[in-house]
Amino acid sequence: MSGFTISRRTMLSGSAMLLASTAIPTPGWVQTPKKGGRLVLAADSEPRNLNPAIVASNGVFFISSKIVETLAEASYDGKDGLAPRLALSWEGAADGLSVTFKLRDGVKWHDGKPFTSADVAFSALQIWKPLQNLGRTVFKDLASVDTPDDLTAVFKFAKPTPFQLIRNALPALSSVVPKHIYEVGKIEDNPANNAPIGTGPFKFGEYKAGQYYRLTKNTDYWGKDEPYLDEIIYQVLPDRTSAASALEAGEIQLAAFSAVPLADLDRISKVPGLKVITKGYEGLTYQLVVEINHRRKELADVKVRQAIAHAIDKDFVVKTVFLGYAATATGPVPKNDPQFYTADVPTYAFDVAKANALLDEAGYKKGPDGKRFTLKLLPAPYFNETKQFGDYLRQALAAIGIDAELVNNDSAAHIKAVYTDHAFDLAVGPPVFRGDPAISTTILVQSGIPDGVPFSNQGGYKNDALDALIAKASETLDASARTDLYKEFQKAVAADLPLINVAEWSFISVARDTVGNIANNPRWAVSNWADTYLES
Amino acid sequence: MNRALTLLRRRLVGSVFVLLIVVIGTFLLLEAAPGDAVDAYIVSTGGDAGMIELLRHRWGLDQSELTRLANYLWALLHLDLGQSVTFSRPIRDVILERLPNTLLLMVSATALSFGLGSALGIYAGARPGSLRDRFLSIGSLALYAVPGFWLGLVLIVVFAVDLRWLPIGGIETLASDKTGLDRAADIAVHLILPVSALGFIYLALYLRMMRAGMAEVWRQDFVLAARAKGLSRRRIVLAHVARNALLPLVTMLGLQSAQMLGGSVVIESVFSVPGLGRLAQEAVASRDTPLLLGIILTSALLVIVINLAVDIAYAFLDPRVGASEAGA
Repeated sequence: MSGFTISRRTMLSGSAMLLASTAIPTPGWVQTPKKGGRLVLAADSEPRNLNPAIVASNGVFFISSKIVETLAEASYDGKDGLAPRLALSWEGAADGLSVTFKLRDGVKWHDGKPFTSADVAFSALQIWKPLQNLGRTVFKDLASVDTPDDLTAVFKFAKPTPFQLIRNALPALSSVVPKHIYEVGKIEDNPANNAPIGTGPFKFGEYKAGQYYRLTKNTDYWGKDEPYLDEIIYQVLPDRTSAASALEAGEIQLAAFSAVPLADLDRISKVPGLKVITKGYEGLTYQLVVEINHRRKELADVKVRQAIAHAIDKDFVVKTVFLGYAATATGPVPKNDPQFYTADVPTYAFDVAKANALLDEAGYKKGPDGKRFTLKLLPAPYFNETKQFGDYLRQALAAIGIDAELVNNDSAAHIKAVYTDHAFDLAVGPPVFRGDPAISTTILVQSGIPDGVPFSNQGGYKNDALDALIAKASETLDASARTDLYKEFQKAVAADLPLINVAEWSFISVARDTVGNIANNPRWAVSNWADTYLES
Repeated sequence: MNRALTLLRRRLVGSVFVLLIVVIGTFLLLEAAPGDAVDAYIVSTGGDAGMIELLRHRWGLDQSELTRLANYLWALLHLDLGQSVTFSRPIRDVILERLPNTLLLMVSATALSFGLGSALGIYAGARPGSLRDRFLSIGSLALYAVPGFWLGLVLIVVFAVDLRWLPIGGIETLASDKTGLDRAADIAVHLILPVSALGFIYLALYLRMMRAGMAEVWRQDFVLAARAKGLSRRRIVLAHVARNALLPLVTMLGLQSAQMLGGSVVIESVFSVPGLGRLAQEAVASRDTPLLLGIILTSALLVIVINLAVDIAYAFLDPRVGASEAGA
């Protein structure tokens, strides 16, 4: 994996030394991990359904990725950015109609039954394809899974499906659950959804609503000498300020997923015994995006959209809203993606004069009150940063004579207003890049998506050339040809601006110095933690 | 006893109507909020049109509002609170799990504010206008003016982070497997900070009421008579003045219980106490209408029961109060 852009800026800034010392990978650094101990960490939400095969989301993975494993996990140095888990190898046929997985031998479910290819076939056909939030898209053409023997699973597709996409989807979409548990009764109502049974290094222990989740060591795990920890306790801390205090008081040893707010990081990094880690989230990049409702006649004009892009000072946003813990964006693929990103796209430098000129050119002259027109701006409430960027955007638009009226909603109301009712002109959203543009990125600009689908193009944007490009890429089997098409896609999006990509960021972990093997893969917080250990 | 029974009967009939209004009002309010449980759910998952339709159907959200309200009331008639959409568990179980924590917090905080508040009120009211009176009045008012979450955070920083004397939050040590007295002691230690934060805020109320009540009683003739009898000042204060001034505080106790419940929402979040208040907040955010209705019903029932208990106690404490007057 190439350089890590999210933290690069941070490394150059004031408190660089401390961060750099923890953020640089340390290959060859060998320390024998200690066995035993209980890791206590902060959890800010309590997912109700803990089955990652049904709900592929970071909130669920955070807990259940330790219990239920995927076929492969993301890796810094593995081939194609992958490391084997339940599958040892994966190979796509040239015609794109099949993918063959060779599975790991000697793996047992937590209830002692052996793991076989039948479990993979069942998970893929009965859960990923019909029920999983992301799998319903990626595996839509999966027709059958052949199981010639216990350790081989051959996925057969009805239509050619790019192997590159399947490969990139493995870390997030391929959680395997036991067939013998799920084949009885309705899958959605299975009690194992709340007390998962998997093959992972930890077993589900107990869940006390509002208090904690307890995972206990799987003594029968396939990984040699793993796991190191005896127990993992997720302490539910709903208040934004409590994770930092709990770390300082020594009650928890780790706060992942930016449970410690950015504004507290500077202070907390000076507390002896605590370290701030910006690595380990490269595979979970969030994008700060201005969503545009193209039904507004002013916004349907590309000049107006370009003017808005020129009015946004991305460096300022990164420095002020994200306190440096982010990178500026150029287009719909984040800079830290090793496969698809291209910098060769039209860019929009911060230039208020040019923005004003573009708006004049488009025919929206300033009125006597200095205003050109009024827009409704809806910042997504899910992150502090999206709300703060909403405030910034309002000011930036005021500078070019656009009067933005801020509308603040809670999450459910925001989702409904933007994606179902289309009651917005501009919205601030944080879509996630999931390692392949076909998983959840092209949907942001593609036309023909029904109303009500969240994190999709609900702005009424329609561009036949772009739609054709997306369709072509989705059928292109050759990885390098496919990658080139997605580079073209980035260019087209940056040129026509169906939405405006402003910045890219990910999460920060804060941990006690005693926690070892942190952040050793690009999806660390949602990986299995078999090798995580505690020094006494 | 007879009087208490009449009171009880009349209040119970009234309560049923109160509860019905509360339920329908809450239901309509939550329906008026934009977005439903599915909208709240897909924030963290995303999903395509088919999946969303499937969820709406599974959670019964494709039915009309009226049908859902009617179904809910019908189930309620059979004492069934329904199923929580977000927890996928019976709401009764979810609430019963949290109720003891909130009750513990409320009762302890009320005991603290009532006990300490009235004691300090007596102390201050015994010598109105003295230095200690002014000091206590100003001090308690300052506490009353402080927002609950701020007081909570300051207590955390001082006693849990800096001094490390007390745990930072939660209701008990996580996954400690303690039982019996050990567990009770553990819970008590965890309650110190949240109970202080919640209790100290309302302390001023009881202190001021006690003090004002005493000032009024002081002027009554029987105090003069007691003084003329040559009773000691101490005895006059405790046996005559304070005792009579205490009555309005008992009424306040009932009224205050609703506010305590409101205050516990904030305190439960700050101290990560798994109680009803926090559950209510989560239910609103996730648009889990039946769960919220269940919580509101429980809270309303709680407030009604407390006030009923206060009224009955009052009827016994003050023989002048008849059942007819306590009806309001």
